[in-house]
Amino acid sequence: MSKLLEIDNLHTQFFTSAGTVRAVDGISYDVEEGETVAIVGESGCGKSVSALSILRLIPNPPGRIVQGSISFMGKDLATLSDEEMRKVRGREIAMVFQEPMTSLNPVLTIGLQITETLQQHLGIDREEADKRAIDLLGKVGMSDPERRLKQYPHHLSGGMRQRVMIALALSCEPKLIIADEPTTALDVTIQAQILELMKNLTRELGVALIIITHNLGVVARYADRVNVMYAGKIIESGTAEDIYHRPRHPYTLALLKSVPRMDQPRKAKLDPVDGQPPDLTKLDDGCSFRPRCGFAIDKCNASIPNLESVSDGHISACFEKDKLTQALEASS
Amino acid sequence: MWQYIAKRLLLMIPTLIGAAILVFFLLRLIPGDVCELRLAGSGLYVDPAEIELCRNNLGLNDPILWQFLSFITGLFTFNFGESMFTGRPITYEIGLRFELSLQVAIMATVTATVIAIPLGTISAVKQNTWIDYVVRIFSIAGIAIPSFWLGIMIILGLLIFTQAWFGTAWMPPIDYVPIWEDPMRNLSQLIWPAVATGYRYSAVATRMTRSTLLEVLREDYVRTARAKGLLEKLIINRHALKNALLPVITIIGIEFAFLMGGLVVTEQVFNLNGLGKLFVESVLNQDFSMTQALVMIVVIVFVFTNFVIDVMYAWLDPRIRYS
Repeated sequence: MSKLLEIDNLHTQFFTSAGTVRAVDGISYDVEEGETVAIVGESGCGKSVSALSILRLIPNPPGRIVQGSISFMGKDLATLSDEEMRKVRGREIAMVFQEPMTSLNPVLTIGLQITETLQQHLGIDREEADKRAIDLLGKVGMSDPERRLKQYPHHLSGGMRQRVMIALALSCEPKLIIADEPTTALDVTIQAQILELMKNLTRELGVALIIITHNLGVVARYADRVNVMYAGKIIESGTAEDIYHRPRHPYTLALLKSVPRMDQPRKAKLDPVDGQPPDLTKLDDGCSFRPRCGFAIDKCNASIPNLESVSDGHISACFEKDKLTQALEASS
Repeated sequence: MWQYIAKRLLLMIPTLIGAAILVFFLLRLIPGDVCELRLAGSGLYVDPAEIELCRNNLGLNDPILWQFLSFITGLFTFNFGESMFTGRPITYEIGLRFELSLQVAIMATVTATVIAIPLGTISAVKQNTWIDYVVRIFSIAGIAIPSFWLGIMIILGLLIFTQAWFGTAWMPPIDYVPIWEDPMRNLSQLIWPAVATGYRYSAVATRMTRSTLLEVLREDYVRTARAKGLLEKLIINRHALKNALLPVITIIGIEFAFLMGGLVVTEQVFNLNGLGKLFVESVLNQDFSMTQALVMIVVIVFVFTNFVIDVMYAWLDPRIRYS
């Protein structure tokens, strides 16, 4: 497999009246062809911003990519002209958003919203585009796709709309799909259907997928690799297996502990991550997780730990990662 | 869609009846009497018997419900009767002026729309650039400047500049000719009031277009359109404007209806014999029959404009069409 996307030292900042928000603060990761990569973290840790940065959809002002490169199939997206970037969007990298209820235009038909993308990128005529749209809607499991073309978003339920969004994302056969919390706004039963659908379709078509989520269950089932983000940085990265069974960062560990478990007694209390995520306008020279960390030492106040390898393909940014291993072994 | 239109049309009837009841009874609460004004308006002594006779002739001494009934039946047969003050048929008096007012209102609306939607769009798309500032100054000025003052300035400007450039001062014609008789003369008279009122009108609509478009441009579906890699032109025209235009259409419609009866001062400035002037005169003269007819005409224009707005809403927004 070869590298499809290489993000290197990406910084995205928002310049607001309250100060500079360092929403994405130097993240680097790769996505290989056909791979599913999950980005996990609490709300406000920079997951969505990092994803929007790839497509350069950060509203400017106030936001801007201030540093770093986003290399996609050999070209640096950060330096493309607006017109070249437009040709990448939807054609080579597509996006599925969190809110299916508001992400489709309420006054345009489903058909138009799919075919306009096809016509824009592939230069095919109306009839051809209609045919492809019907095909796509069938593929994402919508009944009676011909009739759907003439319907408006308000005729469809949330799950159906998200299927339309997926059809839209797949329409031009992109190399990469970025899904920003694609199931957060949906019912639990629908969530599973949508995730299953995305997994199958991306696998079948060989599309790489970046899935942004705060749902660790999703991660375990669908992701090949997992990047855990905290305060704008990737603090741990590894295979789903590594992250789940051998976490090497106290934040990852805390996240895993906070997931309700079916094998615990029903009355057992949840174990949340204590404290609040830091204010991204006031980051200092120390590790940003230390106020909430049970393993913090003096060194954590003075310098930010770098991502270091713990095993093949598994990296963690913690000074005490070895102690964490011992603690885990002791508890099990 | 047809069902929706039919429903809207039926809803017009109660509105019209309500307006008729209100105007009829409110007018009769105003102190004063048209016959006294007509006969003794110049200060001469008039025999009370003569005034009484005049009131009898005009039907003002009939029972009030009887008067109301005859007004309503008149409405339905489109026969408003004669003016109580001048004695001429009301349809004739109004007909003279309706044409002029309608033409000014249409011209002002076209001017305003043609200016407002592109300007508002540019202003929103280029938010916080110099072009946005220029548009905003232009539109704030339009709201701040009264149209009658602008009208006076236009007339003065025309006089001064034609004098300076062509040697003879030119002023727009002051007598009205219908557009089909002499289009050049008609337009050279009416274009100025249309510009004077259209400017303020366009300023309101520009600001509305700008602010609603700015709101829409932050919507998720616009981000989706961007993420699909659509051309910016398509994103604005197809995705954003279609959503942003709804409130703008309302503003344009209401302003249009207002122009039909509310241009009192501007008509004075340009010496136009329009509905606004007739309106004021009829109220001053206690000319019940005329005021009633005029109010009903304006109400009909308002109700009809609202109907057109509703239909356009449904055309633009499918959620309204199907609910």
